[in-house]
Amino acid sequence: MASQYRVVYSLNQFFAGLGGEDKAYQPPQLLEGPRGPGLLLEKLFPHMEVAATLVVGDNYLAEKTETALQEILALLSPSLTAEGADKIHFLLAGPAFNAGRYGIACGAICQAVQERFSIPALTAMYPRNPAVAVYRKDVLIARAGKDVMAMKEAVQRMALLAIKQFNGEELFPDRHNYIPHGRRKNYFAEKTGATRACDMLLLKLGGQAFNTEYLMPVFDRVQPAPPIHDMARARLALVTSGGIVPRGNPDRIEAASASRFGIYSLKGLLRFSSETHQTAHGGYDPTFANADPNRILPLDAVRELESEGAFASLHDFYYATVGNGTSVANAEEYGREIAKLLLADGVQAVILTST
Amino acid sequence: MSKQIELAGIAVVHACSIVPISRTVGANRIVATIAIPHPFGDPTKSPEEEKKLRKELVQKTLKALATPIDQQRVF
Repeated sequence: MASQYRVVYSLNQFFAGLGGEDKAYQPPQLLEGPRGPGLLLEKLFPHMEVAATLVVGDNYLAEKTETALQEILALLSPSLTAEGADKIHFLLAGPAFNAGRYGIACGAICQAVQERFSIPALTAMYPRNPAVAVYRKDVLIARAGKDVMAMKEAVQRMALLAIKQFNGEELFPDRHNYIPHGRRKNYFAEKTGATRACDMLLLKLGGQAFNTEYLMPVFDRVQPAPPIHDMARARLALVTSGGIVPRGNPDRIEAASASRFGIYSLKGLLRFSSETHQTAHGGYDPTFANADPNRILPLDAVRELESEGAFASLHDFYYATVGNGTSVANAEEYGREIAKLLLADGVQAVILTST
Repeated sequence: MSKQIELAGIAVVHACSIVPISRTVGANRIVATIAIPHPFGDPTKSPEEEKKLRKELVQKTLKALATPIDQQRVF
């Protein structure tokens, strides 16, 4: 059977089978035919053909987004502007699941491709992937599970959505399993608003489940803590996502997607130095941080201000993790654990530094 | 991390170079720093100047911690 839809599939170095972090700086490359999830797509949808696979390393895209996107658009231009039998119908990217860097890559590539070539470009992500908040308004993102276990379902959802979008069908987030764009859409309903509202009210009064037509926005916000009234009597603590750790990185905190945080002593320490500390962060050039770690976590200045009485005392430990592609869920868990330790020591104020 | 620490009732100031991310994540007290690879430093300056700059920035974070706010604010 001749394929009905021709697809370009975008993947990172890992899912394309090129390699792991060692290939994370892989510049954009266009390979013929399907790789990884593209093979699954062809198996699930025999009328689809992956004409080419675009591969970009996670770090390459995250660190040089603009350059990388220009290179990608140039690379894709011949295939995405082809007509006739060579015409590409849409681009699929991911699924990125809960991977932050990959999510940003999928979102950025889809956004750039649909803007430049006016073809549908879709991806799939876990709804709490940090990239969702950045791209959901512009890019159609199918709902995916947390990790690769949910691969089949995510590829299926993404492909079905792509066909519908290509054919100009009307899409709805619940029915078609995608993350809402946050737009309101007019459509003709069978019953008037008054009838629908009464139906909902009756269901509610009867204690039955009902679906609102106007979801209240969920603001994941925290009420600001009260200010410190007398800083001269306050106990202060230092926390960083900039990866400052004792030399040798004793807890082996990962350079990206950190799975833990470290607790390190500040007792008797007046400043960090290149002999005592270093950065474990893989998302920025470490030259300046390794030469003087106070540039990331300003211990020397904090100690000076402590001796001048600007605040009462410094908590004896600092807490460090690497905020490079670390999932929101992990970061929240570290925050909760750190808060417990701080409360137990009577800490009232925290300086949290990020790169 | 910032939000969870704040939920425990501890005042937090987020000192960072990419303010839009801090805003999205929902930090309340935000202080913009110098650059991604050296938020609290500037390698182009002399060590003395750099240290002075760093101390001023820390003072700014302490001031943010002492300031009453009822919503997100970039200091």
